Amino acid sequence: MDSALAVLNAAPLWLVVTIKSALLLLVVVTTFAYAMLAERKVMGWMQLRPGPNRVGPWGLMQPASDAAKLILKEDLTPSTADPLIYKLAPFISLLTAFSVYAIIPFGAGSQGTWAIGNVDAGILFLMAISSLGVYGISLGGWASGSKYPLLGSVRATAQMISYELAMSLSFIGVLILAGTTSLDGIVSAQARLWFCIPQAVGFVIYVITAVAETNRTPFDLVEAETELVGGFHTEYSGLRFGSFFIAEYVNMLTVSCIATLLFLGGWNAPFGLTMVPGVLWFVAKVATFMFFYIWLRATLPRLRYDRLMAFGWKVLLPVATLNLIVTAVVVAVRG
Amino acid sequence: MIAFWVLSVVLIASAVWTITAQKPVYSVVGLLANFAALAILYLTLSAEFLAVIQLIVYSGAILVLFVFVIALLSSGVAPFAAGPNRMPKAALPAVALVCVALGFVVFAVTRGEVAIPPPPAGSTSALGPVGTADVFGSVGDFGKALFTTYLLPFEVTALILMVAVVGVVLLSGTAPAKAPTRRRAAGVRRELREAVVRDGEDRR
Amino acid sequence: MRKRLFNVGAILQGLSITFGFMFKKRPTIEYPSVKKQHAPRFHGLHELRRYGDAKERCIGCELCSSACPANAITVIGAENTPEDRKSPGERYAARYEIDELRCIFCGLCEEACPTDAIVLTPRFEMADYRRGSFIYSKDRLLVPPDAGVGAAPDDRPGGIPSDLGRVAEIKSTTDVEEGYSATHRGEILKTERRGLAG
Repeated sequence: MDSALAVLNAAPLWLVVTIKSALLLLVVVTTFAYAMLAERKVMGWMQLRPGPNRVGPWGLMQPASDAAKLILKEDLTPSTADPLIYKLAPFISLLTAFSVYAIIPFGAGSQGTWAIGNVDAGILFLMAISSLGVYGISLGGWASGSKYPLLGSVRATAQMISYELAMSLSFIGVLILAGTTSLDGIVSAQARLWFCIPQAVGFVIYVITAVAETNRTPFDLVEAETELVGGFHTEYSGLRFGSFFIAEYVNMLTVSCIATLLFLGGWNAPFGLTMVPGVLWFVAKVATFMFFYIWLRATLPRLRYDRLMAFGWKVLLPVATLNLIVTAVVVAVRG
Repeated sequence: MIAFWVLSVVLIASAVWTITAQKPVYSVVGLLANFAALAILYLTLSAEFLAVIQLIVYSGAILVLFVFVIALLSSGVAPFAAGPNRMPKAALPAVALVCVALGFVVFAVTRGEVAIPPPPAGSTSALGPVGTADVFGSVGDFGKALFTTYLLPFEVTALILMVAVVGVVLLSGTAPAKAPTRRRAAGVRRELREAVVRDGEDRR
Repeated sequence: MRKRLFNVGAILQGLSITFGFMFKKRPTIEYPSVKKQHAPRFHGLHELRRYGDAKERCIGCELCSSACPANAITVIGAENTPEDRKSPGERYAARYEIDELRCIFCGLCEEACPTDAIVLTPRFEMADYRRGSFIYSKDRLLVPPDAGVGAAPDDRPGGIPSDLGRVAEIKSTTDVEEGYSATHRGEILKTERRGLAG
């Protein structure tokens, strides 16, 4: 891998970025496909079902058949919809979901960090891009021109703004400890001790807000199929629905990567088990976090909307602020 | 330079679209494109932190509220009806004034009559590729400037924003609820009855 | 409200339960490849049976039709002729049709039948694409000639004997062990007979 990187680094920049992006896109899309399968499998097991097992051995070709199905579906636009925004919204979702991977590092070797771009303001960039993710949902729900998507999009907007605050505050605790905003630097600051231990409160807040930000159970009021049919994507079909679907799972993967980078030590090996390459540790940590996501979905019922808001503003935000103040004071006192 | 011209065209086009679009949501999308282009323009000027903050604050928070309000009030897919032009006489002079002011700034800067302020103390200010640490416009550089040289303006800005928030709460806060009385309830009942009667007459 | 917001213990308990369920035995029967064993007296698709000498048991009496609560059975009887005896009695069913979409599989036809001609088998896989194909007539209801059971009563011109040819101990020609894969074939019938005799 290092030697491959060395060859790459000698090539012109545009070529390197293109190759890396194509590779990463492939990896992320494949991960999405199998994350979806894994979710259905694990949910099945937790509900005493075998899960999908008809297509290929153990159902491993299920994503391919799902993709074929989505592509072949009719692409509908409701007559009351605003066609331009309706068609634009899934692309905004996809774009913001994928562009985050431009700066997420997956490992480090002698040839530098394994990432498309290593940005100094990495974590701020992450926050900036992920804060744009809400547009796909809210514009898509509004443009559908029917009531359930509209309700879903209004919920999405309010929920994502509310939980983004607590999420950003939980980031800042990590930033204070690491003393840098670059993701690379944050990971190397965790070489001895992962930040999920000194920032335990911040970690819990991050996990909760991450679930809320990606609109997953128990915070999936945006979709809420029992009350809003399908929420913001009720009117979408075929590949446009598929885009929202991909964006949701890629966002799940993104927040798992961020959790790994900020709180779980990135590619640092635990207990000095350095014979296993760092990338594998990274993948294992991300996979664990993804499993936790699925596990939550199989366990918890959906929150009521007023409780969601009360929890975000009256519990998470004060606790996150308190955590931030305590961290700042401790770091200042210890110099 | 190519990036500058492309971004400028996108910026101006999206800005024009924002103010001329008939549907409010189109204006929001135009503004979103505008903010994004502006952020990239900041990046080409090696103002990394500014670019990121531009996205987080304007696109990520303020504009989302616009979308929220539009969705909540749901002015619908139907475009706004053209309202009366409130300032027909002030429009032209205002445009002229802005053009003159901008022309003066450009003229003065190119002639070197207005000095660009020197970099503040504590700033590393070395120009370097965007995205690396400790160069002009990076997070650390920006932070040092903000919390040393420009601490007072920073805090004053925070205070002004706070005042604005308190003012909004005061202005929009609900008045203490009036206790329901027999007379008021009777009034409500009468209004309802009249509404029903009116509705019946309308249908006839 | 406050108490419910902070009830972390309940969440952890729920998580542990779902995690434990992951490793439990799943009760799923993967249907098309694995088939559940139904009870031998399960009420499924009908069949019209024959005697051991391949004569039809049905004597066209229409008792099943009048017993049917869903009006699913149509029987049109006809006289046997000395040259071509379809059944041991005087009459036989010229047409015998059951609308399986109307049928409620109650088994009253089976109970009404004086000669054990109509019986319900444990077969239930009769899905089809057209409604018309759910009207089963004799060509699909009747077992093949080599799959008859029981001794036929005398061909006396005076009519059928007093025992009416009942074979109470045999429910259907479907093999209990082989379940749904059983067909009207005679060899399956024979294994069933062996099984039931033993």
